Amino acid sequence: MNDSQPVSARGLVKVYGELVAVDHVDLTVEKGDVFGYLGPNGAGKTTSLRMLLGLIRPTEGSIRLFGRDPHVVGAKALEGVAGFVEGPTFYPYLTARRNLRLLAAYDDGDLRSKRSRIEELLELVELRDRGDDKVGGYSHGMRQRLGIAAALLRDPKLLLLDEPTTGLDPAGMRDMRDLVRRLASEGITVLLSSHLLGEVEELCNRVAIIRKGRIVYEGQLQDLLATASTGYRLRSPEPDRARALLLNQPGVREVVASDGALRFQADEDAVAALSIALGQARIGVTALVPETASLEELFLGMTEDEQPRAEEAVA
Amino acid sequence: MIAAVGRIYEWEIAKLLAQKRTYLGLIAATLVPIVFVVVLVLQTGGPNDVPLGRYIRDTGLAVPFVVLFFMSIWGLPLITALVAGDIVAAESHNDTLKTILTRSRDRGQVFAGKVLATLTYTFAVVFALGLVGLAAGSMAWGFHPLTSLSGTKVAPGHGLVLLLGSLLVYFLPLAGIACFGLMLSTVTRNSAASVVGSLMFALLMQLLGVLPGTESVRPYLLGTQFEAWHGFLRTPADWAPVIRAIWVCALYISIPLGAAYLVFLRRDVASQ
Repeated sequence: MNDSQPVSARGLVKVYGELVAVDHVDLTVEKGDVFGYLGPNGAGKTTSLRMLLGLIRPTEGSIRLFGRDPHVVGAKALEGVAGFVEGPTFYPYLTARRNLRLLAAYDDGDLRSKRSRIEELLELVELRDRGDDKVGGYSHGMRQRLGIAAALLRDPKLLLLDEPTTGLDPAGMRDMRDLVRRLASEGITVLLSSHLLGEVEELCNRVAIIRKGRIVYEGQLQDLLATASTGYRLRSPEPDRARALLLNQPGVREVVASDGALRFQADEDAVAALSIALGQARIGVTALVPETASLEELFLGMTEDEQPRAEEAVA
Repeated sequence: MIAAVGRIYEWEIAKLLAQKRTYLGLIAATLVPIVFVVVLVLQTGGPNDVPLGRYIRDTGLAVPFVVLFFMSIWGLPLITALVAGDIVAAESHNDTLKTILTRSRDRGQVFAGKVLATLTYTFAVVFALGLVGLAAGSMAWGFHPLTSLSGTKVAPGHGLVLLLGSLLVYFLPLAGIACFGLMLSTVTRNSAASVVGSLMFALLMQLLGVLPGTESVRPYLLGTQFEAWHGFLRTPADWAPVIRAIWVCALYISIPLGAAYLVFLRRDVASQ
């Protein structure tokens, strides 16, 4: 384990009675990562994050945040760490400004300098004009933004965000993603839990996918996408002749007719040879395009029950 | 450590001052003696069968003592439980425990801030009731010498000192109820259950004190300690009930606090 490593979790288990909510989870977030933690609802994402933040005691396993275990050294382990799980929460009967001042009092540091920082952060999340309104009257989106301000008040090196765009309107989602991108560009390591695959594909460089409490993939997003088998789709005005040619073409495998097109597996050289063969056989072609599995297809393949297990799918 | 707890305590007080239930308790504690005095001004009878009751129209100094007696049964326990039973449960209800426990303060510091705020509220309630009772009584019947429980006359200045001492001693069993409420609040995470549970605990303590056959345990019941101030009102002062109240209440305070502390330290902070 390495003191500069923002997150290192090994063999995390959380059992509630008969239910194994988290089952031997290993997670490593390196400095500078925007790490996507993906999984369907109830897969164990939030429980894992709560354990990382010291809110839930693991049944087994170890956690290090910058080399410190929050379940051993307590709040000291959260130095340089901020974020929220299951949406940010505040005291509804206090104003946003007072909520932030309260949280500043729960942090280390000089309260006077925090006051000006609070104003900057309210400006950043576009809540300065509503800073004296009670949070009880805030919309979901405003609370999410206030949650970001509360996290940044700690000047974090690691930001843990659990579903930060859930419940936001499209403009709010875009603004939140822009903010996360900007924070990451400023050097903040981000651990982002989400079930929105587009969001993870857009923001993250590394991902972990959790299914029924178990990690089924952890690694570079690009490596995951590269594991997807590449297929091709062919459309022709003479599908029967085209199919007969495909079945006899060297290097072409798994030919399937679906949705008025022929789908098959082949490498690039075989596809180049196929295009020449189709021309020589005077078979017209209206489309011959590669089809790469999206993150969504990979994700569904790894997390849906009827699909093969991830290890098998990725292997 | 002390500075950190101080910062948390300050905000726990600020949170209490931003909630209606705090004012409900404080207003009830100040209204009761005023209503009591107004009723006695309008009527001819009086609470002759309670300590100092027969002297209530002699001096405003007698009013807070008599009101303290009546309020010990369920009034002040309920007012105390309103806040004590809510102080941790409200964090669970609003799901804000995760917000404050992911900052830079350890759980023990957060717990200490909450205990201090609860005891401050309890202290404020007792003194608000006592001092408003004194003011209302003095306006109605003047600030004259007080007749002690031994029948001797006590000068108003000395009577005031005795009242302040009595309020301090009276605070102790109420702090016991506050800590019991705080324990329920921590364990059940349910405000209503904690308020009702604390009140039931206070009533049970009173009930045990009047049941036949409980004479041997009576001196150690929490309800009995609400009468410890009688020792100050005797000539010479009888310190035995006061000293007993101090150590008995220390147990009633420390046992639930210890249990609540352990639960708070180890609990999983998951959504409700």
